[in-house]
Amino acid sequence: MINKMRTSFLATPYAIWVMICTILPLFYILGYALTNDAGSFTLSNLTAIADPVHLKSLWLSIRVAFFTTAICLLLAYPVALILHNLKLTNKGLVVFLFILPMWMNFMLRILAWQIILSNNGILNSILSTLGLPTLHILYTETAVTLGMVYDFLPYMILPIYNALSKINDQVVEAAADLGANWWTTFTKVTLPLSKDGIISGIIMVFVPALSSFVVSNLLGGGKVLLIGNVIEQEFTLARNWNLGSGLSIILMIFVLLSMSVMNKVDDSENGGMPV
Amino acid sequence: MNKFKKGASSLYLALIFLFLYAPILVLIVLSFNDSMSRTVWGGFTLKWYANLSSNDNIMEALGTTIKITLTSSIFATILGTTAAIGIHYMKKRHTAIMLGATNIPLLNADIVTGISLMLLFTRFTPLGEFSVILAHIAFSVPYVIFNVLPRLQSLSEACFEAATDLGATPMYAFYKVVWPEIFPGVLSGFLMALTMSLDDFTITYFTKGAGVNTLSTMLYTQLRKGIQPELYALSTILFLLAFALLLVINFKGSARKEVVKNEK
Repeated sequence: MINKMRTSFLATPYAIWVMICTILPLFYILGYALTNDAGSFTLSNLTAIADPVHLKSLWLSIRVAFFTTAICLLLAYPVALILHNLKLTNKGLVVFLFILPMWMNFMLRILAWQIILSNNGILNSILSTLGLPTLHILYTETAVTLGMVYDFLPYMILPIYNALSKINDQVVEAAADLGANWWTTFTKVTLPLSKDGIISGIIMVFVPALSSFVVSNLLGGGKVLLIGNVIEQEFTLARNWNLGSGLSIILMIFVLLSMSVMNKVDDSENGGMPV
Repeated sequence: MNKFKKGASSLYLALIFLFLYAPILVLIVLSFNDSMSRTVWGGFTLKWYANLSSNDNIMEALGTTIKITLTSSIFATILGTTAAIGIHYMKKRHTAIMLGATNIPLLNADIVTGISLMLLFTRFTPLGEFSVILAHIAFSVPYVIFNVLPRLQSLSEACFEAATDLGATPMYAFYKVVWPEIFPGVLSGFLMALTMSLDDFTITYFTKGAGVNTLSTMLYTQLRKGIQPELYALSTILFLLAFALLLVINFKGSARKEVVKNEK
C-alpha cells in the first residue's frame, strides 16, 4: 500500500511555488491596478477602459481574436479529420510536424510574413506573374489576423486531432451501418464527440489572440493598435504601471468571461446528450 | 468519387503545410542570400554562416537563450514531476485546487503573466537572467504536470504493491515500476517546456530588465534597425538541429513500439 499521505507531500515544493509565482503576482497586479502613483485607492485605472481610445482597441482586439479563432477552426477541423482518417500508427509524428515550426524563432517567422506580404514581396510577385491583381494587405487588420491564424493554427489542430483519436471507430461504423450518410454521421456522431477538442482549441487560440501585441506590431506596423499594444506601451513608453495593470485586469476579465461562456456551451450540450 | 476525395484531402493537407512552412522556407533562403536587403536576391553565399561565430552580440544572446531554456526546463521538469506524483496521491478536493492553480499560467494571457511576474520581481530582486529563469519555470511547469499526470493515472497501483510485497524498498519499486511508465510523460513534458521557453518572447520581454537579451528580445530591438542576416543563419541551424533531434526521437520511439508489438 502506497502511503498516500506521505507521497502527497511531494507536492509541497510546488504548492509553495504556486503561492509565490502564480497567486502572489496576481495580487500584485491587482494592487497596482487599484492604486494611483501616490499609492492611494482608486478605480480610475479600471474605468479608463471607457476612454474611447482604449475602447476602440479592446473592440478591435475582440474582432481580430474572433475572426482568428473562427478561421483557425474552419481550417483546422478538416486537417484534424484528414489526419485522423489516415490512421497513422505513429501519432507522435503528427504532433511533431505541427510543433516543429516553433523551433524557428517566432519573431522571425512573423517577420517572414512581412516579407511575403509586402507590396513588392513574394506573394505579389507570384500573383503578378500569374496575371492576377496584387494584394496590399500588409499593415492592415487583415495581415494581423493572417499572422495570428498562422501562429495559433497548431493550437487548434492538435486538441481536435486528439479528441478525434479518442472516438471509438465502432460508433462511427455503427452509424454508417444503420444507414446514416457521411454528412449525418459527421454532424450527429463525429462532431459532437469531438466537442471537447474544439472547445479547448477555441480557448487556446482566442486567449492569446485577444492579448497578443507582437503580431500586431510587426504586421500592423503601428497602425493596428490592439489592447495588448496599449498595455505594452503603458509599461514601456508611458511608464504608467498603474494604468497598465488596470487595463491588464480588464483584459483578464474578458479572458475569464470568454472561458466561462465556452464552459457553459460545454455543459449545456453535455446535459442534452447522453455521452 | 473516393479517388477524388483522397486527392482533395491530400491537396488540402499540402496547402496547410505550405502555409505553416512557407515562412520557414523564406528564412532559410534568406540565410543564403548575398544581399542585406530582405526582398532582393543577391546570389548564393555562405558568409552569414561563416560570420556567425565572430558576431559577439548574437553569440552572447544565443548563450543566454540556451542557459535560460535549459535551466528553466530542467527545473520545471523536476518540480513538475514531483508535483504530479504528489498531486496524484492527494485527496480529491486538494487535487482540484492544485490543478486549478496549475491552469492559471496556461489560461492567463502571456502579457498578464509577464507583467504580474515583473511587478513581483522588481520588489525583491533586480531584473535579469535569474528573474527570466524564474518566470520561464513558472509558465512551463504546468506543461510538465499535465504530461506526467495522465501517465500516473493509467498506472496500475497493483504493480507497485506487488514490487513492495516482494521485498523491494519503495524507492527501488518506484525506480523499477513507476519510473519506466511515467518516463515518456516526463520526456514529453520536458520537450514541451524546452519548446515553450525557446519560443517565448512576451514573458521574457517583461521580466528581463536592461542589458539581458535572448534571441527573441534581441530580434525585437533589431526590427526597426534591420535584422542582422547572421540571425537567419543561426535560426536555420537551430531549426535543422531540432528537426534532426525530433526525427531521431520519433523514429526511435516508434521502432521501440514496433519491437514491443512483435514481442507480444
